Order: sequence, then C-alpha cells, then structure tokens
Amino acid sequence: MNKLKQIFASVAALTLMSGVAHAEYGLNMPVGVTETSRQVYDLHMLILWVCVAIGVVVFGAMIYSMVYHRKSQGAVASQFHESMTAELVWTVIPFIILVVMAIPATKVLIEMHDSSEADMTVKITGYQWKWHYEYIGEDLDFFSSLDAASNEARQVGSGIDPSTVADYLLNVDHPLVIPVGKKVRFLLTAEDVIHAWWVPDFGWKKDAIPGLINEAWVIVDEPGVYRGQCAELCGRDHGFMPIVVEVKSEADYATWLVAQKVAKQVAKLAAIEDLDPRELKRAGKKVYRANCIACHQKKGEGLPGVFPAINGSAVATGDINKHIDIVMNGKKGTTMAAYKDQLTDLELAAVVTYQRNSLGNKVGDAVQPAEIAALR
Amino acid sequence: MSSENAYYIPHDAKWPIVGSVGLTLLLGGFANELNGSTSASSVMAVGFLVLVYMMFGWFGEVIAESETGTYRHVEDASFRMGMAWFIFSEVMFFAVFFGALFYIRVFSVPWLAGEGVGVSTNEFLWPNFEATWPTNGPGDVGGEYQKMGAWGLPAINTLLLLTSGVTCTWAHWGLIANKRKQLIVGLALTVLLGFAFVGLQALEYSHGYQELNLTLGSGVYGSTFYMLTGFHGFHVTVGAIMLTVMLFRSMKGHFTPENHFAFEASAWYWHFVDVVWLGLFIFVYWL
Amino acid sequence: MTTVTETHDDHHDHGPAKGLMRWVTTTNHKDIGTLYLIFALIMFMIGGAMAMVIRLELFQPGMQFIDPSFFNQMTTVHALVMIFGGVMPAFVGLANWMLPIMIGGPDMALPRMNNWSFWILPFAFAMLLGTFFMDGGAPASGWTIYPPLVLQGGNGFPFMIFAIHMMGISSVMGAINVIVTILNMRAPGMTLMKMPLFVWTWFITAYLLIAVMPVLAGGVTMLLTDKFYDTTFFNAAGGGDPVLFQHIFWFFGHPEVYILILPAFGVVSEIIPTFARKPLFGYSSMVYATSSIAFLSFIVWAHHMFTVGMPLQGELFFMYATMLIAVPTGVKVFNWVSTMWKGSMTFETPMLFAIGFVIMFTIGGFSGLMLAIAPADFQYHDTYFVVAHFHYVLVTGAIYAIMASAYYWLPKWTGNMYNERHGQIHFWISTVSVNVLFFPQHFLGLAGMPRRIPDYSIQFAEFNMWSSIGGFVFGLSQVFFCYIVYKTIKGGEKATDQVWEGANGLEWTLSSPPPYHSFTTAPVIK
Ligand code: HEA
Ligand code: HEA
Ligand code: HEC
Ligand code: CUA
Ligand SMILES: [Cu+2]
Repeated sequence: MNKLKQIFASVAALTLMSGVAHAEYGLNMPVGVTETSRQVYDLHMLILWVCVAIGVVVFGAMIYSMVYHRKSQGAVASQFHESMTAELVWTVIPFIILVVMAIPATKVLIEMHDSSEADMTVKITGYQWKWHYEYIGEDLDFFSSLDAASNEARQVGSGIDPSTVADYLLNVDHPLVIPVGKKVRFLLTAEDVIHAWWVPDFGWKKDAIPGLINEAWVIVDEPGVYRGQCAELCGRDHGFMPIVVEVKSEADYATWLVAQKVAKQVAKLAAIEDLDPRELKRAGKKVYRANCIACHQKKGEGLPGVFPAINGSAVATGDINKHIDIVMNGKKGTTMAAYKDQLTDLELAAVVTYQRNSLGNKVGDAVQPAEIAALR
Repeated sequence: MSSENAYYIPHDAKWPIVGSVGLTLLLGGFANELNGSTSASSVMAVGFLVLVYMMFGWFGEVIAESETGTYRHVEDASFRMGMAWFIFSEVMFFAVFFGALFYIRVFSVPWLAGEGVGVSTNEFLWPNFEATWPTNGPGDVGGEYQKMGAWGLPAINTLLLLTSGVTCTWAHWGLIANKRKQLIVGLALTVLLGFAFVGLQALEYSHGYQELNLTLGSGVYGSTFYMLTGFHGFHVTVGAIMLTVMLFRSMKGHFTPENHFAFEASAWYWHFVDVVWLGLFIFVYWL
Repeated sequence: MTTVTETHDDHHDHGPAKGLMRWVTTTNHKDIGTLYLIFALIMFMIGGAMAMVIRLELFQPGMQFIDPSFFNQMTTVHALVMIFGGVMPAFVGLANWMLPIMIGGPDMALPRMNNWSFWILPFAFAMLLGTFFMDGGAPASGWTIYPPLVLQGGNGFPFMIFAIHMMGISSVMGAINVIVTILNMRAPGMTLMKMPLFVWTWFITAYLLIAVMPVLAGGVTMLLTDKFYDTTFFNAAGGGDPVLFQHIFWFFGHPEVYILILPAFGVVSEIIPTFARKPLFGYSSMVYATSSIAFLSFIVWAHHMFTVGMPLQGELFFMYATMLIAVPTGVKVFNWVSTMWKGSMTFETPMLFAIGFVIMFTIGGFSGLMLAIAPADFQYHDTYFVVAHFHYVLVTGAIYAIMASAYYWLPKWTGNMYNERHGQIHFWISTVSVNVLFFPQHFLGLAGMPRRIPDYSIQFAEFNMWSSIGGFVFGLSQVFFCYIVYKTIKGGEKATDQVWEGANGLEWTLSSPPPYHSFTTAPVIK
C-alpha cells in the first residue's frame, strides 16, 4: 500500500514538474576527460547527425507521400515498379556515406589499441562483486566495493530512500587513485566470471575475463572523481559493483601512495596483537555486511537451495578449523570464493568470529588474526 | 489410394506427440540425473523406450505406405530434399566442434602462451606456459596424459570406414541393377564394418582412459578429442542401425530399382559420416 | 521438379476430425499454423508479463519488490521466451498458414514432421518455465548464457540446455519443411522469381535456421559438458577460452536476429503494395537485398564482442562488415518508400502497422549502425542504448510486422472482419506508448546506465519512470489486441474473398476462410 502511494505520488510529481524536475541528468554521451573520450564523442555525434539527416530524407519522403498520395485525396496509383538507376543510386550513395564514417572510426580505433609506453600499470581483477586493484611494482593493492551507505539502502525493503544517499550505487569504500596527465595502463582480468570495467568519462569499457588479460589505457586531463559501473552481467549483484576513480595531481598522488603504504604497515602490526572477542565480533559484522551478505543474507538465513544458511550451519557451529578453511580457501565448484587473498588477517578472524557468535549462532569461541596469519 | 496426380497428405499423425513425450522424458530424466537424482535413470529409460516405440511406429507407417505405392515422384522428391537438408544441418553441428578445435589451436592456446594479444595474459597469469599441441592447458588440468596416436587403431578405423563406403555403394549398384544378392551381401558387409568401427573405437577409448590417462577432463585436448570422436561415433552407430534396418528390409524384398529412397537416405548419411571421419582423422589424430 | 497439379485423396472432403485430438494429431498446414500462432500469442503474454516485472522493479530507484537474482531470471527468461517462444513460432505459424496458399500448393511438403515441429514446443517451454520452481531458480545469466556465469546456475541449468536443444530440433524441422515446400510444391508456372516476397524471405530465413540452430545446439552441449563432465572448452586453465563460447553463440545469434526480421520484411512487402494499390517497387532487387543481408549476417557476429579484447584487425573487419549491412537494408527501405510514392493509399490497420514498422525499424537500424562503429560501441556496449536498439528492431520491428500480418490475414483465416475502429485504437495506443517505453532508453544508455541491473543511481530515475509507464500502457494495449483477435474469431462482419481492394496474390482467390485443403486443383499462374 505504502509502495503504491509512493508510486502514485511520484507519477503526480513527475507530470507536474516534468522538464524542471530534480537533479541533473544526462541526455547524451559525456564528452569525458581524455583525448580518447572526446574522439569517441565526436564520432558518436558524427554518426548520429548522419543518421538524422538520412532519417529526415527518408521519413520526409514517406510523410509527403502519405499526405499527397492518399486515396481520399483522389490520388490515382501509378503503376511504375522498377528502375535500375534508382536502385543503383541508393546502393552507391549509402555505401559512400559508410566509407566516410569508417575512416575516422578506423583512426580512433587504431589509437585506442596502442597501450605502449605507459608510465604506470594497474592490474584490475573483477570479483563477484568487487574490484581488486594492484599497483604493479608498488607493493600496493586493495579491494574496492560498494560503500556501506548504498549497500544498506539497496537491500530489498530497506526502507531507505535512495535519494538521501550520496552517490547512490556509484560510491565505493576504496576508490582507485591515479595521477593526472600520465599514461596509465590497465591490465584487466577476473577471478570468477566475466566482468567489464567502465568509466564513461574515460571513453571505453573493457571486459575482465577469468584466465585472460585485456589491456587498456588512459591519460586523464583533469583531476576529479569519475564514476562508473561493472558493465557485464556477473550474477546476482552485478548492479552493485561500481567503480570510482580519483584522479589526483602528481604531488597529491605521491602523498597518497606513501600514506597507503604506511597504513598497510600499521594494519599489519595491529593484527599481531590479540583482540577482545567482542571487538572482533563488532569488526566482523562490518566485514560480513560488505562481503558475505549478498549470498548468506542479512540474518544469515541464506537462500534455500543456492546459498546455505550460516544460522545453525554445521560448519559455522562445528569445528572452527573447518570454518576457517572454507572462508579462507572457498569451496571449489561453488560460488563460495576463497577469501584468503581478498581479506586481511584481521578481517578474516573477525568475520569467522562474528559468524560463530551472531546470526543466531552462539558457539562462544574466537579466532585471532595471528592464527590466521599462521595458516597462510 | 490416391488418384494419379495428388500429393499424398497423411491424416491423424499420432507419432509426433508420442515422440515429444519420449523426448521430454528422456531429456528431463537426464537433467535430473545430472542434478544428482538417483531415480532419474529409470525415467530416462522409459523415455528412451518411448522414443524407440515412436520410431518403430512412425517408420513402420511410412514403410507400409511406401510399399503399397502411395508415394510417387513428388513425394519422393520431398523426402530427398528433406534428408539432404537434414544432413546439411548435421554438417553444421559438426562444424561447430571443428570450429572450436581450430579456434583453440589457432587462437586460444597461442594467446595463452603470449602471442599477439596474449602478451600480458602469459606474463601475469600463466608465465610458464608454452604453446604446444596437444595440451591440457596452463593449469595442467587432469594431470599427465599421453596423446592418442594416429597410426594404430585410428588408421585401421579409417580403413574400415572407407571400405564400408565402397561396400555401401556396391550394394547400391546391386539394387539398381536388381541384383538382390549383391544388395544384401553389400549391406551386410557395410553394417559389419560399421559395427566393427564402433567396437574398435570403444577399445580405443578404454585404452585412452586406462593407459594414457587421457580423459574428457584432460584439458582442451581431452575435451575436443572425446567430444568430436564421441559425437562421430554416435553418428556411426545411428547410421549402422539405419543400414541394419535397410538390410532387413532388403531381405524382406523391399525396394525396387526405381524406388528406394530409404536406402539412399541411409547411404547418404553413411557417406556423410565417412567424410566427417576423414576430417577427424586429419585434424584430431594426425596433425 | 514442380509438378504438383492436383490434390486429392480419399479423405478429401471430410473436414477435420473433432475434439482435442484434432489438434494433437493434425497434419493440416492451417491447423498447425493456428496452433503456432496461438502458442506464440500465449508466449508473448508470458514474456510480456516478465517484462512488466522488470519495468515495475525499475520504476523507481531502490529495490522495491524482488531479489536481484530473481530480476536476472526475469531478464533472461523474458528474452528466451520472446525470441524462441514468441517471434519465431509466430512467423512459423504465418509460414504454415500462408506459404502453401501463396505458392498454390495443397499443404506443407512433410505434414507429419510439421506436426512434430509444433508439438515439441509446448514441451520445451514447459521445461524452460519449469526451472522457476527448481532449486536455484530459472537461468539468470542473460539470454546470451555466457560461461562461466551460466555454469553457476542451479538445478535449472541442464533443463534450460535441453529446452534449447528441443527448440533447435523444432526449428530445424520447421525450416526443412519450409525449404522443401517451396522447392517442391509450387504450382506450375510459379517460378522462383514470381513468388511473393513473403515466400522468398521465408525461404532465405529457413536456410539461416538450418545453418545456425545446430551451431547453438553444439555450443550449449559444450556448456553442459563443461559443467558436468570436466571438459574445459571455456576454461583458460585447461587451454580453452570463455570468449570461444561468445564466438559460437553470436555465430548463431547474429543470423538469429535476421531470422527474426527477414519474414517481417516479407510481410511488409506484401502489405504496402496492397494498400498503396501499386505493385511492389523493385521486386528483384528486394530478393537480392534479402540474400545479401543473409550472406552478410554470417560474417558480422563479433560486433557483439567488441569489448572482449580481439586483435585490432578483427575489430576492424567486423566493424566494416557490419556497416555494410546498412546498404542492402537501405535498399529495402527505399523500395518500400518508392512503393508508397504516387500510390493511392488508404490506412487500414495492417497498413498502419506496416508504416509504423518501416519508420521505427529504420530508427532501430540507425542505432544499430551506431553500435557497429567499434570505438563508439566501447561506450554503448551493455548499456540501455543497446536495449533501446534491439527493442526498436524487435518490438516495433518484428512484433509490429506480426501484428500487421494478423490484421491483414485474420479476415482470410476466420472469414470475419476485425473491428477497424478497434484496430486503429490499438495501433495508436501501442505506437505512442512503445515510443515512451523505448525512446528514453537511448538517453539512459548514453548517460551511462548499464543493462541487466535491477537498481540504478538517482540520475536515471526520470527516464526509467517514463519508460515503465510507457511499458504498462503498451502491455495493456496488447491485452486489448487479444480481445480484438478473440472477437474476430467469434464473429463479425463477413469478409469477402479478396478482403482488401488492392490485394493481389493467390491467397485472395480462395474463399474466406479457405477450404481445409488449400489448392486441390493447382491454380494457373499468369
Ligand atoms: C530483429 C533484430 C535485429 C536487427 C534487424 C538488427 C539490426 C542491426 N543491428 Fe542489432 N541487435 C539485436 C537485434 C537486431 N539488430 C539484438 C537482439 C541485439 C542485442 C543482443 C544482446 O546483447 O542481448 C543487437 C545488438 C547489436 C550490436 C551489439 C551492441 C552491443 O552489444 O554492444 C550491434 C553492433 O554492431 C548491432 C548492429 C546492428 C546493425 C548494424 C543492424 C543493421 O541490420 C541495421 C540496418 C538498417 C539500417 C541502417 C536502417 C535502414 C537503412 C537506410 C535507411 C539506408 C541508409 C543508411 C545509412 C547509410 C546509415 N546490433
Ligand atoms: C522479440 C523479443 C522481445 C520483445 C517482444 C520484448 C518486449 C519487451 N521488452 Fe524486452 N528484451 C528482449 C527481447 C524482447 N523484449 C531481449 C532479447 C532482451 C535482453 C535480455 C538479456 O539481457 O539477456 C530484453 C530485455 C529487456 C529489458 C532489459 C532488462 C535488463 O537489461 O535487465 C527490458 C527493460 O525494460 C525489457 C522490456 C520489454 C518490454 C516492456 C517489452 C514489451 O514490448 C512487452 C509487451 C507485452 C506485454 C506486456 C504482454 C501483454 C500483457 C500482459 C501479459 C498483461 C499484463 C500487463 C500489465 C500488468 C500492464 N526487455
Ligand atoms: C557468491 C556467493 C557467496 C558469498 C559472497 C559468500 N559465500 Fe559463503 N557460501 C556460498 C556457497 C554457495 C556456499 C556453499 C558451498 C558448498 O556447497 O558447500 C557457502 C558456504 C559457506 C560456509 C559453510 C556453510 C555450510 O553450512 O556449509 C561458510 C561458513 C561461509 N560460506 C562463509 C562465508 C563468509 C565468511 C563469507 C564472506 C566473507 C561468504 N561465505 C561469502 C556462497 C557465498
Ligand atoms: Cu561485475 Cu557485473
Ligand atoms: Cu548482431
């Protein structure tokens, strides 16, 4: 009922203020912030206008004849039904138009394929349903998934109005950061199924395919935050694996890089200390919400027949080593992935502890980050 | 029966619906079986029997019509074209498996080994992989295995099938010249050679599985090898059964030198199977 | 070869058998055509109902009604049902009804097989739709069933594969029947270049069918063995390649979209001359254009895969080849316009739908051409721009042509005129709403909305709402269409034999409805 009211209200609002309505929304392809994206935009507009022009001619002729060659206007049908000349004309002219379009298209395509002489390389790996970024040669890598606010709001029946969430569905916890004006080469691959990495402002998308690597590159002209989404159906949460790229000035980028490395060391040190199980549980809830909820569901009830429940699960209430094992190493042949490389020692310890002592389970034991580290 | 120029249109075809039920039981049972059900194989068996029943009934009806002179030139032409285009569709079915083999050998394996667009693939994901054929891939899927040689059983099988093509044509000549004995002997030889082929292939498979550790799971080599030869073997079996039916019909005195579409259809099918085998021998075993 | 002169057998003057068994065991091309058409209409409703679920969830941002994986099931099965259950059977139904009549033959060439082609379909779709009730639900990998995603499917997976096999068997048998009928059953004097264009386009479509359905069958078989028998066709670790499946699928899939549109071209080429009261312009170039389209359709498949990382030469080749298709298609469009030119036109419902077809199909064709430009497709690919493209060619293309032929031939089939006012209302509501439904999707795609997502960011809210409203209205107007068809079958003003003033062709020389056996005496072709 509530839903219906909401729908009616929005329909009413829409009809009242259509045109002036809320927010900025695009009608056309973005021009983007790279040389490539501008070329693609120009190509797009070129073909569009050619098509519009041809459309005007063709539909114009049709409409003219529908108006003037109507029986009710007393039109008498001529009986001509063949003309070699006409057929030739409308074979050759479109062909020429196509050639004219193909020339710039070929040029752009060739340039896009040239990923040589890059200043730096980032390896991007698609996971169900997050991205992993690895700065080649920098000892820096991290996962990037949908931010918590959007994630909360997008659950079925969450009751949260998406328009109150900043950048709903287009925000992540850890954005990719790259420097402005440098040629950045991307190596795209995937862990489980095919994904596609797409930031419209860069002018292209490319598939991330398990077992293969595709290459692409950008040189971004302006610092800023650019958003995109996974663009290849990759399962249940395909709609919820956005991409955010922060483009920083060279100096800011360098500072950021150092800060990241320091933070990583600090996290490593922190993981050595033993933590209060309650602390672990609290941390685990976050990890669970970010990584596991999609399949095992909010209350750990799972989806019967597809994803097992954690609530009352034999694994999550039985031998803790088995539990740790399935989380770290996954289960081959199922969608249960190996989280060993996706989560830190602390996160792994936390999520296991959380699953055993929450979601309807009360085992009472806990696992410490150091124990996880020992298992690696 | 029908008057001189009529096109024969049968009435009340009941076999198709039987066929649909059979097919559904067979495939539905199979799907359940794949999903791990334990009782599904009996459903499959029932489905299979229903299909066999359908074929006996359907073909029986057509044979009876044929033998009572229902069909004349027009109907015969329809059957011929129908069979020809059916074989064409079968050619396309094999084409996709050959296509997969070529794609894997020409593109996928070299790319994994770093050629062309595969430079980074090789460098970052499969650094130690080199392109060879046969291969079970950079993941060494299925473990150590050996290649199936071309010049043992497969060569003998090539000989068998080629000979069977000759005996089949010889039988056809016999039929056209109304030499019934030549027809029957020729057919019998063809059928014999056909089943011998199937038997030898079974032997070859057991050799592959037991001694070479070459299985369906031996990477793309195992996959393409068994799928291509397996579907071919299945077609040989079907063709041999068709020819067996022709043999029995010949012994019962069916067919005349002018009117023997069923025989020709089976012969076409047999030659088609033969040609596919040559492709297999060259691209799967030899090169 | 074409020596059919007269049809007669001892059952000749009996009508059909009575009761349900008449329909189950029939070998009559009209009965089977009717079965196909009704089946297609039911499937259109089922597929349409799924589209309504999609549009409902997309009405507003936020997840309102369904789980994301159910959304994916809806998208997948919507497409499979519409394509394999709606459009294809509808055209096979039209072929069954009209081909024998149009070429002056008594029936289809292989009547028993004709029955089987149809009677496999209900079983195949029962299997496909049955997956909704299985563990893991229906397939949710998109109709393109790409591995490795599709291999994650639940218990429904093998059922879907086998359902596709069965649809393939049905289509191949249907296609063989069409080819043989056209080659072998023409009345004396009906030379190939005298055949109506609907017959021609179906002839070529049938070749596409027997060439590509087995390819799909092979491809899905490899999926099956990859999942259950450890093969590694689509697994790089074993030396295979997930992209290989995409090549196989689109080698089938691209010709498939022409399978869906060539018969539509044929229908429109029948209807426009009738209501322009003027012979079709450029008959022979229409035939050659159709053949060129069919030929080209085999060498353009990878335009669906520009983003998979093909070598440059590959992308260039597929881009050029795809662009070329605009030439023969343009020839067809220009010929239709020239047929209308200086005609004496009236605008009954079939003509309205045919004109709607020409205009909106061309719009869809233009967006197709834009997609063909590889560098631009890097932006368009897998967005709602693509969704807009293919619904323009499929809904306002194929479906509009089917609607046009339904209105055009219903009086012939039933002997009753449909209600013209109702037809006009149906056309105008549909045409306005379908554009509200699909035109904004162009903007959505360009602005960056990916396809196959159950929820979207706020910036897309406006156009999605319009699109959904258009969708609901369009859906309701199709319910109205069902009502019109029902009323026409039940009764109405009696139709004359010729039905339309400007109609030409053998079908209009028979009574309305035609006798149970079409041409018992072969007609004489001038
Ligand atoms: C009936 C179905 C149908 C038809 C007829 C077409 C026709 C065409 N299609 Fe379309 N297409 C689909 C159904 C169809 N398509 C579907 C279902 C998909 C998506 C599948 C999926 O991913 O799920 C798709 C996707 C699709 C893509 C992939 C997009 C992507 O995923 O990134 C491309 C790319 O090239 C494409 C191109 C074309 C072209 C060039 C034509 C041409 O045939 C169009 C030719 C017509 C004209 C151009 C108009 C008339 C011509 C003139 C008036 C002459 C003068 C014109 C000029 C010179 C410009 N189509
Ligand atoms: C011939 C093929 C065909 C046809 C006819 C249609 C018809 C329609 N399609 Fe679809 N569609 C596809 C082929 C087709 N589609 C394909 C191939 C895809 C891609 C799938 C994929 O990504 O894998 C797709 C995907 C697709 C999407 C994208 C989904 C996604 O990416 O997640 C959407 C979204 O709007 C959509 C909408 C519609 C609508 C509203 C109609 C309407 O025209 C339907 C109108 C008909 C009815 C509505 C039925 C009649 C009415 C009733 C049964 C009563 C109930 C009515 C009401 C409650 C109003 N389709
Ligand atoms: C993509 C879906 C998916 C995600 C995300 C996921 N799992 Fe799982 N999980 C599964 C599936 C499927 C199984 C069942 C595997 C099997 O068949 O044994 C499973 C099984 C389990 C089990 C064993 C339960 C039992 O009773 O068998 C545990 C424990 C578990 N997962 C923990 C986690 C944790 C912790 C996370 C997050 C860090 C997580 N899972 C994320 C799909 C998922
Ligand atoms: Cu990842 Cu879609
Ligand atoms: Cu295509």
